[in-house]
Amino acid sequence: MLKKEANLMDDKMIKRTLMRISHEILERNKGTEDLAIVGIRCRGAYLAQRIADLIKEIDGSDVPVGIMDITLYRDDLTMIDYCPVVHSTKVDFDIDDKKIVLVDDVLFTGRTIRCALDELIDLGRPQNIQLAVLIDRGHRELPIRADYVGKNLPTTLKENVEVRLVEEDGKDEIVLINQKEKRQ
Amino acid sequence: MNEWTRKDLLGLEELSAQEIELILQTAGSFKEVSTRSVKKVPTLRGKTIVLFFFEPSTRTRTSFELAAKRLSADTLSIATSTSAIQKGETLKDTFKNIEAMKVDAIILRHSSSGVMHTLAESMGPSIINAGDGCHEHPTQALLDMFTIKEKKGKIKGLNVSIIGDITHSRVARSNIWGLKKLGANVTICAPRTLLPREIEKMGVNITTDLSKALKGADVINILRIQKERQKAGLFPSMREYAIQYGVSKEKLEKYAKKDVLVMHPGPMNRGIEIMPDVADGTYSVILEQVTNGIAVRMAVLYLVSQANSDEQEQ
Amino acid sequence: MKLLIKNARVIDAKSNLDDQLDVLIENNKIAKIAKNIKDKDAEIIDAQDKVLMPGFVDMHVHLREPGYEYKETIKTGSMAAAAGGFTTVCCMPNTNPVIDNQGVVEFVISEARKTALINVLPIGAITKGLKGEELSEIADMQNAGIIAISDDGNGVMNADLMRRALEYASMLNILVIAHSENNDLSFGGVMNEGYISTKLGLKGIPTLAEVTMIARDIEIARYTDTCLHIAHISAKESVVLVKRAKKDGLKITCEATPHHFSLTDEAVLGYDTNTKVNPPLRAKADVQAIKQGLKDGTIDCIATDHAPHAESEKDVEYDHAPFGIIGLETALSLAISELVEPGILTLNQLCEKMAYNPAKILGLDKGYIAEGSNADLVIFDPEKESIISLANFKSKSKNTPFIGRKVKGAVALTISNGKIIYQAD
Repeated sequence: MLKKEANLMDDKMIKRTLMRISHEILERNKGTEDLAIVGIRCRGAYLAQRIADLIKEIDGSDVPVGIMDITLYRDDLTMIDYCPVVHSTKVDFDIDDKKIVLVDDVLFTGRTIRCALDELIDLGRPQNIQLAVLIDRGHRELPIRADYVGKNLPTTLKENVEVRLVEEDGKDEIVLINQKEKRQ
Repeated sequence: MNEWTRKDLLGLEELSAQEIELILQTAGSFKEVSTRSVKKVPTLRGKTIVLFFFEPSTRTRTSFELAAKRLSADTLSIATSTSAIQKGETLKDTFKNIEAMKVDAIILRHSSSGVMHTLAESMGPSIINAGDGCHEHPTQALLDMFTIKEKKGKIKGLNVSIIGDITHSRVARSNIWGLKKLGANVTICAPRTLLPREIEKMGVNITTDLSKALKGADVINILRIQKERQKAGLFPSMREYAIQYGVSKEKLEKYAKKDVLVMHPGPMNRGIEIMPDVADGTYSVILEQVTNGIAVRMAVLYLVSQANSDEQEQ
Repeated sequence: MKLLIKNARVIDAKSNLDDQLDVLIENNKIAKIAKNIKDKDAEIIDAQDKVLMPGFVDMHVHLREPGYEYKETIKTGSMAAAAGGFTTVCCMPNTNPVIDNQGVVEFVISEARKTALINVLPIGAITKGLKGEELSEIADMQNAGIIAISDDGNGVMNADLMRRALEYASMLNILVIAHSENNDLSFGGVMNEGYISTKLGLKGIPTLAEVTMIARDIEIARYTDTCLHIAHISAKESVVLVKRAKKDGLKITCEATPHHFSLTDEAVLGYDTNTKVNPPLRAKADVQAIKQGLKDGTIDCIATDHAPHAESEKDVEYDHAPFGIIGLETALSLAISELVEPGILTLNQLCEKMAYNPAKILGLDKGYIAEGSNADLVIFDPEKESIISLANFKSKSKNTPFIGRKVKGAVALTISNGKIIYQAD
């Protein structure tokens, strides 16, 4: 079967979107005091770093960045037919009383975010947790919503949204793939 | 491929280099969990793991139990004295009974080599070898290799010397298989009476001279010597063993590399195979081995549990 | 009743016969051997393309009765023997009670008379209770009917006692069968000592345990000028020792088992307790030496060391499983597949190793085909291929490592004392 791809965002649009989200984060949190950003492996981690860099550009202050691997918290480990490789979680700062902005590329069923919330709470007791995503494609299975959304994109279940980033894929773009593919 | 498909971990002999690398890599990710304030992830929530130890063990059993608990599994520890074995039940019957209670994994230590190899095939739960007779002790060798890799950055090309009672050591055998697969040069060193026949066919260098085993070694792994071997007439006295094969700081400084790692699977006989100035000295990574043991065992429990649930799905 | 076997390839080692012939059996005896025998009263057995040999003689089996009837009985053991083409077997004394006195000998003989399909001849213990301490009442047991003496299962560790046993037995003209094992050297061992035992972490039994004992016993036999039969030799050095002893003109004979010429210690990989046997399965070089010894005549005969054990006894840790392999029903096909097919033995030599020589060593008037001799016969198809399968065993126990093995040669019919006692489906 042929893959049908439609471009949703190019590198410039991604950059603008991240810039907007960074401004929104600063605005809503009234600066960077107690702020920390945690990305979900793997692309959320790169996005988290980029947002931190943009905040530094805008505000001049350093925000701590963490990376989380949610494999160990997945609720579908016994349902998938392969053994996911476990990477480590790297949150090197104390998250107690921090305002944590959790970052992921695509918000879909909400289950990944649920895992990330569980893991964050095991790591400490943040003041609050906010969620930033580049794409919200709908089809939630849990009562979870994002505080910062790059783009709302209604999709069908046969479609797949793929976020490609320079750090992992060699270029920045977001595409819609119209094919029944393995769920991310 | 980073694929793990085995429901059991019986030994390192049957594993490929890729499979060993995958365990070590996975263990690296698990190490972080034990540094958290909440040292627990929900990965194996609802799974039951039985620790079945037919031989006394403190370290290995504790390590496995903590690994299982940190993955949120329910654990049950059975020691020989309370088991039905002493009532004349065969091992197979005991295991069929445990299987009937729907457990997910059994961690087994037994004094007879090969017990789990005949059991594992017919059993639904994962079987993890925590030491079988003089055969294999795979998780010990894996944590040894994990520690070497962590400290030296690699295993390939390193000179590793294993010193002590090779004949009766499952730790030695598992280490030899694993290290050889990952490309290390392995030397074994013992009095000739503690070297098993035709061990050279496992691809190791052999020496009976401790100074030769220390020279050029990047890692030395010192095995525990048991008093009962002396009673069986395999060497004259503990005193003579300590003089000939006991590793002291003086001998290390005289023969070994400046950055040599000293390992010991424990429990140590201080003053016999290892002198206190080595056990507590700067070369020693013995306590780090213990720390790493938990991460390695978490990785093993995770991988075999995954593979076993996949198998049952299909 | 008369039986007429037509068109068999009749092979007899004693008379060096190998010809297509008919054999007429009348009144338990072989009445006539000739071409084209006609007898309208006789029941005809067509043996076209099949081999007729004297019934096999196994000088080394364990029938477990009395004491271990759950493993095997004289009856079930004799059924297994019949299915394997054996018409005479000698049963070892490690029963409970031990066959070390006239009473137990008489029990075995009377039980055999009542239940066995074939000739069952008891072997008495060399020492009381097989303990290696005092001689048993050998003369008394001989009067009761033992055919030989052996402490099979244990080596007689006391060299002086072995000397006295050989001297005493020679006076009575009774055969001593030595289980050659130095218990100090084999202590705690469960398999051959070598690379495989090192790999598996199992305690090894060195060939040295067998070889040193054989060397000792040969020298005792030399010094005392006595006969000695060495049971189940397994090591290449043992073959060398026996060969030299024979060259020196000593009255030494020996046997080898089918498992020792068919399997190496590599069979133990996987820890199948059915590979646990004493002496243990040895290395490749040993197996080759056993085959060579059979070919050049150093090894006089094939004996099965049929050693039944219940499934529950074998279904345990390798360390704790009892030693032993059943052998009566697989001996012929293994011998054909491993020895005749590769050209190590001719069928005539096979007849010698499985019938004529063992009878001769025991001093029995059996193991050959001649007009007027007892009609103990086996008919087998040397070409028939089959896979050894659990379902076919007549033995009460199934402890064999050969399940699933493809073999050639199958017993078609066994005749004991003129009667058909086994017929393949």
